[in-house]
Amino acid sequence: MLTFQEMILRLHDFWGRQGCIIQQPYDMEKGAGTMNPATFLRCLGPEPWNVAYIEPSRRPTDGRYGENPNRLQHYYQYQVILKPSPDNVIDLYLNSLRELGIEADKHDIRLVEDNWESPTLGAWGLGWEIWLDGMEITQFTYFQQCGGIDCFPVSAEITYGIERIAMYIQNKESVFDIQWVDGITYGDVHHQSEVDYSHYNFELADVASLTTMFNLCEKEAQRVAAAHLPQPAYDYVLKCSHLFNLLDARGAISVTERTGYIGRVRNLARLVAGEYLQQRKNMGYPLIKDEKLREQILSAEEVG
Amino acid sequence: MKRDLILEIGVEELPSAYMTRALADLQTLAEKKLTEARLGYDRLQILGTPRRLTIIAEGMTEMQGDANIENRGPKKTSAFDVDGKPSKAGLGFARGQGLEFDQLEIREQGGIEYLFAVKREAGRPAAEVLPEVLPDIINSLVFPKSMRWGAYTTRFARPIRWLLALFGQDIVRFAIENIESSNLTYGHRFLSSGSLEVGGLAEYKQKLRDNFVILDQEERQAMVWQQVQDVAARAGGHAMQNEDLLEEVTYLVEYPTAFFGSFSSSYLEVPPEVLTTSMIEHQRYFPVYSDSGDLLPGFIGVKNGRDYSMDLVIAGNERVIKARLEDALFFWREDGKKTLESMVPGFENVMFHERLGTLMDKVNRLGQISVNLGTVTGLSSSDKLQRAALLAKADLLSAMVYEFPELQGIMGRYYALQSGEDTEVAQAILEHYLPRFAGDSLPASAAGIVLCLSEKLHNLVGCFAIGIKPTGSQDPYALRRQALGLVNIILENKLHIDLRKILLETYACFSGVKLKFDADTTASELMEFILQRMRGILQERGISYDVIDAVFAVPSSDLTEVADRITCVDEFKNAAYRDDFMVVYNRANNLSRKWENDEVDQSVLVDESEKNLYATMHHLAPRVRDMIARRDYEGALRALAGLRSSVDDFFEAVMIMVDDERLKASRLGLLKSIANYCQLVADFSKLVI
Repeated sequence: MLTFQEMILRLHDFWGRQGCIIQQPYDMEKGAGTMNPATFLRCLGPEPWNVAYIEPSRRPTDGRYGENPNRLQHYYQYQVILKPSPDNVIDLYLNSLRELGIEADKHDIRLVEDNWESPTLGAWGLGWEIWLDGMEITQFTYFQQCGGIDCFPVSAEITYGIERIAMYIQNKESVFDIQWVDGITYGDVHHQSEVDYSHYNFELADVASLTTMFNLCEKEAQRVAAAHLPQPAYDYVLKCSHLFNLLDARGAISVTERTGYIGRVRNLARLVAGEYLQQRKNMGYPLIKDEKLREQILSAEEVG
Repeated sequence: MKRDLILEIGVEELPSAYMTRALADLQTLAEKKLTEARLGYDRLQILGTPRRLTIIAEGMTEMQGDANIENRGPKKTSAFDVDGKPSKAGLGFARGQGLEFDQLEIREQGGIEYLFAVKREAGRPAAEVLPEVLPDIINSLVFPKSMRWGAYTTRFARPIRWLLALFGQDIVRFAIENIESSNLTYGHRFLSSGSLEVGGLAEYKQKLRDNFVILDQEERQAMVWQQVQDVAARAGGHAMQNEDLLEEVTYLVEYPTAFFGSFSSSYLEVPPEVLTTSMIEHQRYFPVYSDSGDLLPGFIGVKNGRDYSMDLVIAGNERVIKARLEDALFFWREDGKKTLESMVPGFENVMFHERLGTLMDKVNRLGQISVNLGTVTGLSSSDKLQRAALLAKADLLSAMVYEFPELQGIMGRYYALQSGEDTEVAQAILEHYLPRFAGDSLPASAAGIVLCLSEKLHNLVGCFAIGIKPTGSQDPYALRRQALGLVNIILENKLHIDLRKILLETYACFSGVKLKFDADTTASELMEFILQRMRGILQERGISYDVIDAVFAVPSSDLTEVADRITCVDEFKNAAYRDDFMVVYNRANNLSRKWENDEVDQSVLVDESEKNLYATMHHLAPRVRDMIARRDYEGALRALAGLRSSVDDFFEAVMIMVDDERLKASRLGLLKSIANYCQLVADFSKLVI
């Protein structure tokens, strides 16, 4: 039986062979792999980018004190970005499932319309939920906009719900029973922290402090962006996003305020996206290895 | 010779929700573009699966039709100089058209004579024209949402991955981005590998079928439904008939195989609406019922593929539905620990609309509107209405409705009953959302009718007052549907209410809210909006536009009264007394149309005929008024039709437009008063007879 760890290693191996760099998780709290700068920033602008990484993701409101077999406030996403999206991207994805022992012709695999949108990131895309025998196992998105800016070329984002796939492969009823490696379960690694974080997120988090922190981080993001340092500024956007999620889980944000908070984070994301694009342009888009194409794009932008 | 044209747009899986519309649009587009290109064919077929949109034009002509091209040149007056010789402008036009001047024609258009160049263009071979037409069709297709992919700028619902374009056996060559058209197609994504070469229509269809693609959506839909019914029968029940679900499933698969899965009967503790919603909305399963109509602990799924390793697929689906139903059971039990009323304080934290306040604000207004409407209609009682209004939205704060928003109202009723609320109150909570879609049922209970109308009045008045009105296809708050519902409920229950007055009273409930428009403007705009919906409803019932125009020209804010007059005038059009009435009306109205005064000075009347007409009318008037008041419109019209002989005698005996001003005024006044009585029911001058 494939362990959780082996699954991740196989995906690393597979996507590595497809020319992806295998990056590591970003060292800050975030709601999804999309928020890792390896996706959010790299999807912007004309430079190609192929990456795969596993991303610890936090959704404070989804905590269930470790009592629900399917819900976690901290979980993993296996994230792949292919920019520009290759013509055979779906075949590549299906091949990756084969690496996990899932043969498409023995199952019912469906691509069901799903339009992804992240109001806080000013991002949206079109794609599918991918179903394996009725269970959503992957989110597949062609990014159309990020930080309010049109994405061109378009990236394909593949986000595997890695725990769900593990539960399926290992035939487990509870996420906590997943075998991480022989003798150690997902529960051994994460159960107690699920309980603790649920207490913290729902009961203990200090609303006044978090609100102050949100305001401070917002200011810092703006200040650092103004100094043209996109990634350090982006760190504070991520902090704002997570602080907002915590305040939300704490029930401290009314519906009216909610729209306001989301708008504030989105404005920061846009600011940083603009700064990042400018920086890449100033650098002359170094990831475009084809000199002629690079010159062409740069001179086209001069005119535009 | 004729050949078959096939265009297959191979795509990544299209959203099922787009398909019906996309196929219809493709039909229109193909007809239009092929006609414009003067390409004839015997039969056009538009077929589609999740992975392909196919246009088949059978028996297309080898050659494009010839065309008469007519180009208009300068006016005749400027095409010749003073000597009658061709002017510079005239010669220039001929040259530009590649013709000699004397080959031009002179034709009249809009009363002016122009030079015309009339040319006959011989048709080109279809094979030459198609490479321009086919990409044009593809690029002209629009979707609710479209996207770009890779480094290309073309937009489509999902990426285009191949293009098969065949005219007979020949490839129609063109490209969209990096995709070049070919004679290759692809079979089922998982049950076929590699490309399939196609040499014609029959082979195209056969190869797809052999490779697990049922191309024809109607055939596929019939297959799905047949399989679902068979599976249901084997499981000892029958499947839910649900057109939307069937259509969605048809467009989710290229090759259907239905299967039965089961779940523990312990989940049947949860209301059936919850279970079926979860099955349909989350999983696209068909629920199964026993012959006695009870939900069975099972479901029918439709796999995209053949019946290979079904055990694995069924086990997987059963796991998923189990987790879903486990959630539902949890929500049901959690919600059940609280009373519905205990959810109300949460309204303070839920926004109804940022400019119209919280849900608490709304519910308070709903209470006022309901109680007022209950008093006006005499339906239900104030305390029940107050209670129903307070609890109407409480289920929005339940865990179940948070998870399944489409169960709003349905859960409210269950939770109200569980909380020991009055059954009429519980029923009203369920019914106040009705009708949810065209053809849905209407509220039936007294409190339900009032609460349902109040909900719609509230939303219509609130939105119009802050400037939210439907425009074109934009109607995010479904105000058209709500206005339609309002009219239907009023008519169905024959409620006689002064709608304009109710709208003003509803407006008054928004005190404390900053509104953009005043009460009068809001009520007037809404009356017009609502009457427009009523016009639509009447037309759908087969009432002709002239009857509607005639009746609407005599305005009333009592819609039921308007509907009664509509019925009367509609029947009147074919009634035996119609002609007598129309003679009375026309003779009276034609002369007095511009006369304002209906006063008659009896003392100046001289002729027997006019004295008689006056006396008859004097006697008739109170009867007609009384019949109108009793809504006996037919009686009123018949009574007025009875004036026929008196009116005829009058017109035969006297001249109306005499020099004696007093006599003329009285005669016109008499006619005016007859016309006015006729027009209490409708403006009969608008009737087309």
